[in-house]
Amino acid sequence: MEVARHWRETPERYRMEAGKCSKCGKIAFPGRMICPECGSTEFTKHTLSGKGKIVTYTIIRTAPDGFEDLVPYAVGIIELDDGIKILAQITDCNPEELKTGDRVVAKFRRINEDGKTGMIYYAYKFVPDVGI
Amino acid sequence: MVGIVGYGTQIPRYRIKIEEIAKVWGADAASFKRGLNLNEKSVPCPDEDCATLAVNAARNAMSRAGINPQEIGALYVGSESHPYAVKPTGATVSEALGACPYVHTADFEFACKAGTEAMFVALNLVKSGAVKYAVGIGSDTSQGSPGDALEYSASAGAAAYVMGAENLVAELIDTHCFMTDTPDFWRREHANYPEHGGRFTGEPSYMKHVTGAVNAILEKTKMKPEDFDYMIFHQPNGKFPVQMALKLGFKEPQFRYGLLTPTLGNTYSGSSPLGLAATLDEAKPNQLILLVSYGSGAGSDAFIFKTTERLLKVRDMAPRVRKQLDEHKMYLEYGQYAKFRHKIVKPE
Amino acid sequence: MRDIAIIGIGMIKFGELWEKSLRDIAVEAALNCMKDAGTDRIDSITIGCMSGGLFNGQEHLTSLLPDYLGRHTTPAVRVESACASGGMAVRSAFMEVASGMSDYVLALGVEKMTDVSENIETYTLATTADGDYEAFHGINLPGLYALMAKAHMEKYGTTRNQLAEVAVKNHRNGALNPHSQFPMEITVDTVLRSALVADPLRLFDCSPITDGAAAVLITTVEEAKKIGKQPLVIISGIGVASDTIALCQRKDILKFEAVELAGQRALKMAGKTINDINFAEVHDSYTIAEIMVIEALGIVKEGQGGVATANGITSLNGKFPINPSGGLKSKGHPIGATGVAQICEAVLQLRGQAGKRQIKNAKTALTQNMGGSGGSCVIHILEAK
Repeated sequence: MEVARHWRETPERYRMEAGKCSKCGKIAFPGRMICPECGSTEFTKHTLSGKGKIVTYTIIRTAPDGFEDLVPYAVGIIELDDGIKILAQITDCNPEELKTGDRVVAKFRRINEDGKTGMIYYAYKFVPDVGI
Repeated sequence: MVGIVGYGTQIPRYRIKIEEIAKVWGADAASFKRGLNLNEKSVPCPDEDCATLAVNAARNAMSRAGINPQEIGALYVGSESHPYAVKPTGATVSEALGACPYVHTADFEFACKAGTEAMFVALNLVKSGAVKYAVGIGSDTSQGSPGDALEYSASAGAAAYVMGAENLVAELIDTHCFMTDTPDFWRREHANYPEHGGRFTGEPSYMKHVTGAVNAILEKTKMKPEDFDYMIFHQPNGKFPVQMALKLGFKEPQFRYGLLTPTLGNTYSGSSPLGLAATLDEAKPNQLILLVSYGSGAGSDAFIFKTTERLLKVRDMAPRVRKQLDEHKMYLEYGQYAKFRHKIVKPE
Repeated sequence: MRDIAIIGIGMIKFGELWEKSLRDIAVEAALNCMKDAGTDRIDSITIGCMSGGLFNGQEHLTSLLPDYLGRHTTPAVRVESACASGGMAVRSAFMEVASGMSDYVLALGVEKMTDVSENIETYTLATTADGDYEAFHGINLPGLYALMAKAHMEKYGTTRNQLAEVAVKNHRNGALNPHSQFPMEITVDTVLRSALVADPLRLFDCSPITDGAAAVLITTVEEAKKIGKQPLVIISGIGVASDTIALCQRKDILKFEAVELAGQRALKMAGKTINDINFAEVHDSYTIAEIMVIEALGIVKEGQGGVATANGITSLNGKFPINPSGGLKSKGHPIGATGVAQICEAVLQLRGQAGKRQIKNAKTALTQNMGGSGGSCVIHILEAK
């Protein structure tokens, strides 16, 4: 059972809260204590836009535990309008029809669960930005 | 004055056609389509559940409300498919919206009227002055037993309402409840699928309670069916609400926007709240809307809303119901649907 | 710092070694190494193993392995850097001898992967990615390399066939290696007809699940000369570098910065340039990895790894042979053993003992071993003196 490990990521996973370096403006997601750009330790909270475009993606055919029922599913690197890249699943699509550069938007989805009786893990996934 | 400050919905992208289900069970699709006015229904993706639909609907409601989530004082989620038997969906939704920690929350369950229960409590908490804003959500990924009549209608969707006392898109005129202990439909603890009383779900259940609530609120407000621009009844199928409306003296134009079941199915707790949202998507300012839910067990909540000028300003700040319902649909075959809905049993 | 030589190498045949345990294969490799060295003097042991815990339910290899090597009081330290654990263990051994702390150090790499189900194997490999922000989202190691492959194809025009050529070439070499797990030749078609794992990567783009161990015995050049080893193989340069654990956080996901920097550091230490290197053993855990590694090392120009491979530049008889051993793809990839096994191959080649896959006049070699999706890298430069 892994409870605290997932619970402590709630701000990042539920609300896409990132850290913005007070000195150089670099956005770090997930948040960090030391800025990888300038070494500063001062950050302010920055909520990511949740909108962006696909930089690259793959379609997973052999899934890790807990993801088998989603196969085939897409995972991509998304460049957000905030200027940073994050990795997430791209759901609500036919993965075969995705293209690099496609606009996507974040939604709140179920990621995995600790078996049928354990904790359910929620976080962001992206969907094609078709306005629904 | 209290009412709706923002509303938002989420309908899954997947659909299954009635024919596809009927084919598997050797049933006559035409009779379902004709008799129950059902053509297809929404199906949640395996990564969607009551909580995710509620969050995504609530985010749309927040876009239209334009309020600070920290000002939400209460949040209630009504559903018969809460992901946990014990652990509040409302806590997940509050956390995702950024409303924690000064927020009161509870999960409601009252079959298909849990959503309007949440709305009812939210509205009255704001009215009492206890909180500035309260959110009421109806969200479900409802289950129909394989081959049962319910399998043709049980679908998924959510509607969320931010209630407040200013900047309203629709003012609450009045509410009324009608409730008795009527065993027309239930799901016991640990059971995967609900059971129902067949035709008993009609006259002594749906008909009686909807009629009771409508008559009570009309009497209380001294209003008549023709006073309303629009009306929405709970819609377990496409037949009951239409029959009921006509019988009570309402006419087709009044439910033209609110009747979604023929292509959405029965979203249970989301059903009449989604119908209200679809109506708000189209209504003009200063129009009167009657909303009457129904939940097995059994009861109905009736609400009268009057739209405001602000409705037009916020309408396009989130997707409209018809767009979510009619566009970008992805159809499933029964096998995929069975997998999506965990109807295929795999070894642990 | 003292000059360092490798006086013994020990390999075992890689594969699905059902009848052998973690301790069995580690001891077997160590025995082979001592035999090759002609001495059983071991002052200290550095162990490269990624995850005895998850693969075998066995941590504390620093007690288990000295114990079963019949020298339970010998000092031992375990080094973990995901798939680069083996290379890092050799570096630790190097430092221990170079510093003067010990004179004979055994670097022992081992991974026994087949004791768990495929799900646990995959899960364990995915722990080399960012657990909370990559693996959590349902991506595995082939998935991460597939993201790079897709981007490489779109940016540089690398083709599906060029990716396959990496596997074809490595299997051709591996077929000549008696220690290889899959010593059979394949064609581009074999790769293209294999099952999709994570588009565009297929099963034959991926290195296999392997049980294996490898060892090298390290001492000073002075000691090696006393023993009279000919030719003398020295480690003249080592470079290590790290990169972000999460692939998406790299400035350019098509650039293995850790490989580039580790390469520069190792070459600088050895006083060489990449043009002085005769051949390399590189970390071809996935076909795209080899392509990007040879670009990062400056063996080919940026974006040209696929074309160069298809043109035969990296073949055994090409201008710059890559993975004469068969690489991870054909020889197998027992995680913690891989980096050590690469060095064993380099030593064999430099001694002129590589049999049918011997590269002519091999005097200077480079071995490149990396972890996860490229988050850590260790590079060694070896020379025959």
